Amino acid sequence: MAATVKYDDIEVGQEIPAADYPVRRASLVMYAGASGDFNPIHWNERFAKTVGLPDVIAHGMFTMAQGGRFVTDWAGDPAAVVDYGVRFSSMVVVPDDEKGAVITVSGVVEEKLEDKRVVVALTARCDGSRVLSKARAVVQLS
Amino acid sequence: MALNRDFVGRASAPSSPYEVSRVKIKEFATAIGDNNPIYRDREAARAAGHPDVVAPPTFPIVFSLAGGAILADPELGLNFAMVVHGEQRFQYQRPIYAGDELVSVSTVTDIRSVGRNEFITVRSDVTTVGGEPVCTTYNTIVERGGAG
Repeated sequence: MAATVKYDDIEVGQEIPAADYPVRRASLVMYAGASGDFNPIHWNERFAKTVGLPDVIAHGMFTMAQGGRFVTDWAGDPAAVVDYGVRFSSMVVVPDDEKGAVITVSGVVEEKLEDKRVVVALTARCDGSRVLSKARAVVQLS
Repeated sequence: MALNRDFVGRASAPSSPYEVSRVKIKEFATAIGDNNPIYRDREAARAAGHPDVVAPPTFPIVFSLAGGAILADPELGLNFAMVVHGEQRFQYQRPIYAGDELVSVSTVTDIRSVGRNEFITVRSDVTTVGGEPVCTTYNTIVERGGAG
């Protein structure tokens, strides 16, 4: 159980290059099945519009999972993420076409803690809006 | 409809044990588009120093949603059709591995109005069936227009 990133090699302010994560309607159907969250706003356009949404929206947890993937890919070990929290600040609207939507995640090392841990601040954007705010992960480095 | 403030402090009974399976971890990893072998291959997980495949950081949403029994209580007055997710946090005491048997106890920690929306926060304390602390989750959901 060890991250591939070494604490001593990391400096506060260090940027983690952005990555793009596509979201299509099928992604949301798969996520609904895997997570057990079958709220129809995530797969039924007619229902979503009935409750005042512009279209089907992604599960906030799907977006959060993309941020988690970004951090675990960087750290090199899924178990290195010891604390991860976000606020969902905007919806990821997923149109019913081949393109769907794209969530772009980037990060910066915000703080070095005791015990070889660091705080990574994440930014997630979709279609020009910030979809996560106050997104922070505490990562155990080696 | 405003949410019933009497629910603050209310705790669920411990959930029935949730058995974390390799198949479920793999299904979840596939659904989030993550092909990391540590989520799907025991040998890869062992080579990385883990006893078995590891669950992705947001995996506890799968079973901590079970704490939704409190949210579904008609006395709370939550209209699920108007619910969106506000905030979420996972704080780990140790990683989750396939084979873990986990129990959650959920507690309503806060209900508040922000503008026309109602916010309710539920903390879930997740332990093994033996009582070993595994993680704590914090889930804030928003009922749009609930306070209007």
